[in-house]
Amino acid sequence: MSDKKKIRVVIAKPGLDGHDRGAKVIARALRDAGMEIIYTGLRQTPEQIVTTAIQEDADAIGISILSGAHQFYFKRVIDLLKEKNASDIIVFGGGVIPEDDIPSLLDLGAGAIFGPGTPTSTAIEWLEKAVLTKS
Amino acid sequence: MSTLAERATAGDVRAMARLISMAEDRADGIDSLMKELYPRTGRAWTIGVTGSPGAGKSTLTDKLIGHFRSKGSTVGVLAVDPSSPYTGGAILADRLRMQRHTDDDGVFMRSLGARGSLGGLSRGTREGVLILDACGYDIVIIETVGVGQSEIDVMRVADTVCVVLVPGLGDDIQAMKAGIMEIADLFVVNKADRPGADRLVHEVRGVLEFLRGRDWVPTISQTVAETGDGVAELGERLLSHREYSGKSGAGRERELARLKTKIEEIMLERLSSQVETLWTDRREELLEAVHERRLDPYTVAEELLSRA
Amino acid sequence: MGVTEFEVTEFKKAKAVYESRVDKTLQKNPERKAAFTTGGGIPLARLYDPESLEGHDYARDVGFPGEYPFTRGVQPTMYRGRFWTMRQYAGFATAEESNARYRYLLERGTTGLSVAFDLPTQIGYDTDHHMAAGECGKVGVAIDSLADMEILFDKIPLDRVSTSMTINAPAAVLLAMYICVGEKQGVRADMLSGTIQNDILKEYIARGTYIFPPHPSMRLITDIFDFCGREVPKWNTISISGYHIREAGSTAIQEVAFTLADGIAYAEAARKKGLDPDDFGERLSFFFNAHNDFLEEVAKFRAARRLWARIMKERFGATNPKAQMLRFHTQTAGCTLTAQQPENNIIRVTLQALAAVMGGTQSLHTNSMDEALALPTEKSVEIALRTQQVVAYESGVTSTVDPLAGSYVVEKLTDEIEAGAMEYIRKIDEMGGMLHAIEKGYPQKQIQDAAYDYQKSVESGDTAVVGVNRFQADEGTSHRKLLRVDSSVEQRQVEKLRKLRESRDNVAVKERLEGIRRGAKDEETNLMPLILDAVRVYATEGEICGVLREEFGEYVENIVL
Repeated sequence: MSDKKKIRVVIAKPGLDGHDRGAKVIARALRDAGMEIIYTGLRQTPEQIVTTAIQEDADAIGISILSGAHQFYFKRVIDLLKEKNASDIIVFGGGVIPEDDIPSLLDLGAGAIFGPGTPTSTAIEWLEKAVLTKS
Repeated sequence: MSTLAERATAGDVRAMARLISMAEDRADGIDSLMKELYPRTGRAWTIGVTGSPGAGKSTLTDKLIGHFRSKGSTVGVLAVDPSSPYTGGAILADRLRMQRHTDDDGVFMRSLGARGSLGGLSRGTREGVLILDACGYDIVIIETVGVGQSEIDVMRVADTVCVVLVPGLGDDIQAMKAGIMEIADLFVVNKADRPGADRLVHEVRGVLEFLRGRDWVPTISQTVAETGDGVAELGERLLSHREYSGKSGAGRERELARLKTKIEEIMLERLSSQVETLWTDRREELLEAVHERRLDPYTVAEELLSRA
Repeated sequence: MGVTEFEVTEFKKAKAVYESRVDKTLQKNPERKAAFTTGGGIPLARLYDPESLEGHDYARDVGFPGEYPFTRGVQPTMYRGRFWTMRQYAGFATAEESNARYRYLLERGTTGLSVAFDLPTQIGYDTDHHMAAGECGKVGVAIDSLADMEILFDKIPLDRVSTSMTINAPAAVLLAMYICVGEKQGVRADMLSGTIQNDILKEYIARGTYIFPPHPSMRLITDIFDFCGREVPKWNTISISGYHIREAGSTAIQEVAFTLADGIAYAEAARKKGLDPDDFGERLSFFFNAHNDFLEEVAKFRAARRLWARIMKERFGATNPKAQMLRFHTQTAGCTLTAQQPENNIIRVTLQALAAVMGGTQSLHTNSMDEALALPTEKSVEIALRTQQVVAYESGVTSTVDPLAGSYVVEKLTDEIEAGAMEYIRKIDEMGGMLHAIEKGYPQKQIQDAAYDYQKSVESGDTAVVGVNRFQADEGTSHRKLLRVDSSVEQRQVEKLRKLRESRDNVAVKERLEGIRRGAKDEETNLMPLILDAVRVYATEGEICGVLREEFGEYVENIVL
């Protein structure tokens, strides 16, 4: 009787960065791939993002950031997830993130970082697989 | 180890959230968990907020949460948005206007896709209400776009239904009369600082004339959700509907109707999955026989059912 | 224009011959695509010729440079007289570091400054506010108070340099600080020249650094119009920006349409306040994007100029030619820069810069090749500036005015972009103007749809992006030198702020902030002088915006996806 489990993803814009073209494009692409996207809009604090993901029982949090403050926000979100016993929620991201910074974000616990020019299909495939192996 | 239901009712937010997902996905084991939860339900007051897209429902819900929190009630919110009929995906953005409450432990907000329910409220949504009720939220607000089936559905779930209208959106009161007038316990004219608000109030009042003489005639509140104007008064009016429902027995009647639907729905679901299993082994053969006119559909159905 | 019947017949004959040749060629060699369009989706014919411009009237639609409808430019001699202002957008970390970068740029021949502020400054938070954590100095310079602004312009004579400031919601505060720095240098306000972006509508539509709801935001803007009209007459009080609309994914037509519709909303607000279109019209300036499709972009600038002139004349009754002229700044399109093979960006920027110049821009920022990765380094900023200088001094396109006028395709595209933009403006008018359209999410939705279509077309390969979906190279991990702003910048700035709050006259600060609060409550009061008073005694930007937040409330975006 079980329906197919829906993948639920919070797409978040942390901090003050207002460039949401990428966030909105990925939100639509994930929707068109059959997922449910919780879109919280601009200027979210890490606390808001994590609480949202928990209340929404999200499988993943997608963080879009173009302001250069990625190190700060990824760390904070991942730390909070740990604090709240929710480290099983996948964190991935994209935006203006220099390639040199990616390894340290992955070390923090981010699942994947999609740089500029990544096709949305790459992100979708990755996410579907990541959610499947998680559960 | 305690069950998900136990953890949820003990205040574990992750467990609550997971339960709602299970109800939405119709996951295995959800029914037994619901059985565990049911005895703890029946305390929450459920408010439905419905209206056209752009009527300001989310902003109004945000302000209502604030209002009820200031009175000391805990609040659960289920915000329903349409799902894409093609992919089943959805972008759920109602939270956007309520995000300030994420820092408040007394508020739980959840966005739901309407999924396959054709504009109505999914079973997951209806069970979400029970889950939040069992978890001790004093008030559960369901916010849903008033299109098609959902506005009728919302009455089946909510104790108090509030229909939000707004001037200048081309809400044709006359056309909406049939559906909406029957379900609304209260009307809200939101964005009441806009031109046309008075006329809209007047129009609704005109329609309500037809309901004169009933025990409960819907009231019309005017709000500007953006600034919060009129929200406290709306809160009071919602409360007086709740009191009326309690005293008059109308609430009990509504609850009984709701339970009847629910029980029948559960039976139907069970039966239909049973129907599937009744003839899985003989389906091809029987279909062929009916197709060749050796048997008729009526006899086949009767015979299969008699084996149940 | 005196075309004889004989000539028409000859033309038709020749064209028929050409067309039959095309048919033959197509049978052997089909074209690369079934249909060709501009980058913005306007269908392109195989060939444009005199027939394409039927109904087109040179005197009415094109005219002469410096004359209505200004299709060919706002000055009679354009770049034969003076080049555009080469204005490189810059700013990062603290005022000290940015001041050094400005002086570096001025030494190398930039002719105007363009200040980038960090996000807390753009959104009216002091560096020590909890929402500002992690953001200090990242996308621009952190300015908390007049003290920072004094450092930012240290040894830069404000009477000789024009300064553009990308600041919107708190524009009044930053302008007030600039005026105060001028005072301290002995430069009177009426000698200051420059621009504040001050365009809140496009923040709601596309850029996201809003603070207050529309109504009080529009009031702040018209307060600035009014104040500057009297006190800072050489200042461009607004830079109505299509740049970010395009960056958010719009088409060229949408960029023109939504920008000019924003312009209409500001002009209407100013008129409602009793200001004269012939006066405030002179101080309106614009800001456009120079994108990849060269011909479309040139046509876009020309169409925007013509349409705005018509709007100011016909809709607002402006008779002052200066109030009819659309003067604009251009920035090359950041969204076209690729992280892959970043050197290719230099070529993209060159073509985009060329389009801006052929379109008659008044000032230009050329992006640096590494901006898809991080803040630009000095080296890449220098290349970007040199790009402009090569276009100006070597390419030759600056030696004659509006060199592409009369090109059948450019004139045709100019007409089509104008007509397309007018159609959008008509729809927005029907919704009751831009403020209502934004509330409905109309421009936002149009832009998001275009952005999503573009993404899909890149992913399907219909749109080629060299180095990304065509001609990719396996680059491995690149370790290029990038400019980084580390967290010590934030600590230093917070410390500076703490000391300021200790040493300033806090009684005076409190008094003047209360003055702003009283002013905010009264619609008739112009807030500018009150903000100046507060800035002078070192009230911080966050404190001033904090009072206004309390009085005005905050905007919540409208998402239509």
